[in-house]
Amino acid sequence: MITVILKKQLMGAGGTFCLETSVDLEEGGITAIAGTSGSGKTTLLRMIAGLSMPDEGRLQVNDDTWFWREPGEEARVNRTPQQRKVGFVFQGYALFPHMTVMQNLLYASKDRMMADRLMEMTGLQQLRDVLPDNLSGGQKQRVALARALMQQPKLLLLDEPLSALDEAMKSMLQDELLAIQRELGVTILIVTHDSSEIYKLCDRVVLLESGRVVADKSPRELFVERKTTQKFAFKGEILELRSIDAIHIAVIAIGNNLVEVVIDTAEKESLAPGDKVVIGTKAFNPTVRKFESNEFDFSKL
Amino acid sequence: MGSFDVEPFLLSFRLAAVTTLLLFVVSVPLAWMLANWRSPLKPVIETFFSLPIVLPPTVLGFYLLMFMSERSPVGGFLKEGFGIELVFSFQGILVASCVYSLPFMVQPLLSGMEQFPGQLLEAAYALGKSKRDTLFNVVLPNIKPSMLTGLIITFAHTVGEFGVVLMVGGSIQGETRVASIAIYEMVELLDYSTAHLYSFILVAFSFLVLLVVYGVNHRARGGRYS
Repeated sequence: MITVILKKQLMGAGGTFCLETSVDLEEGGITAIAGTSGSGKTTLLRMIAGLSMPDEGRLQVNDDTWFWREPGEEARVNRTPQQRKVGFVFQGYALFPHMTVMQNLLYASKDRMMADRLMEMTGLQQLRDVLPDNLSGGQKQRVALARALMQQPKLLLLDEPLSALDEAMKSMLQDELLAIQRELGVTILIVTHDSSEIYKLCDRVVLLESGRVVADKSPRELFVERKTTQKFAFKGEILELRSIDAIHIAVIAIGNNLVEVVIDTAEKESLAPGDKVVIGTKAFNPTVRKFESNEFDFSKL
Repeated sequence: MGSFDVEPFLLSFRLAAVTTLLLFVVSVPLAWMLANWRSPLKPVIETFFSLPIVLPPTVLGFYLLMFMSERSPVGGFLKEGFGIELVFSFQGILVASCVYSLPFMVQPLLSGMEQFPGQLLEAAYALGKSKRDTLFNVVLPNIKPSMLTGLIITFAHTVGEFGVVLMVGGSIQGETRVASIAIYEMVELLDYSTAHLYSFILVAFSFLVLLVVYGVNHRARGGRYS
């Protein structure tokens, strides 16, 4: 069990705010930290790794205390990043440019068996003697992941590891990450914005908003099971309201998709362009078909 | 054609080689300390270490002479305790050169270290590596152009020094008469042809040194850490 009760004042776009978390992480799970940019996700990861100092709080990993500071006192415990030995995968990969793939792994730990095993798991065998400059983004990410796992950390922290990759590469690395997690049993904390990634990988989501935890539940609870009975529900924004004879039409942006919806007079009275709305419908007879590669995918806009 | 004596050049190069070596050993940890140090006092310390760049060599030479003289506490202690006399000796101009050329070694190293991406340092720390291990295995191999610049500029600057050596060492043949001092002597003796020859050698040497520095830095430029 990993207990993260931490507090830190942060500077944001709208002035200072307090990052405050109180979260227990089960061992062996994958937990997502989600939230808009500037909500303190990366700082939370850095505080756990010992790269940023919290103002107060307590970080307990099983029987070990990594950080403990009461308000107004000096820190009683503050382990250095070296002593914590978490696996950390940075957003920019942070591979050592003068070392080959193999040397990057062996610098983390001299364990050749482990290096070979991780290279095989991440499909890096062909690239063992290549320098990072000559790798693609997806390959760099694999090396960063393998390197972070070399010391067999209890805790693996991933800071938006897949955000710079294309969909196909993302999907492949997600599968690899799941396989690795199953095989090594490491506890994973991943910062991500991507709802499909959260749904696919994680058994829990901690949603941060301006430093506060506003939701802490399973992805299913967060995305699918809503209070109402409707099966489809999308958040959108009204772009235009217009009337043709007795029919009222709202043009609504849902993500990058634009839809026209027929609304009744009462709805029209209560809505105005710019309003954030939820469009829901009971899905009595939905059709589901495979996305054709020659169709235009609006989500790529 | 004047008489060519190779000794001043050998002395210059010996002085420069030993100075460069000593300064490199001292400056790597010193620059690393400064690069990692977060304090309002940092500019004061940086200014202090950079003073030799702007001070007239005679000012520095004068203070060093006072400092090394056997009438000063340090000079007296060295003479009585170890029988070492720094004034007008090779050891003396070696110490003076080290003080004089220190910023030329520290500055390139420091700027290389400060420009080194912090995320790579954090990556090493998260892998359990100490700051020292990170310095030798991650930072230094990636700032080779800075190291080379420091080494070469320090060497060349020491070969080119004049005022400090003259103040502290005078012009004793085989002991403190380095190439630049020899040129001064030749001019005083109105031996212009030898002065020409010596001067030309130093010009050619300086040109070559700078050519190497710019060549190396030009090649190393570009997004190394991207």
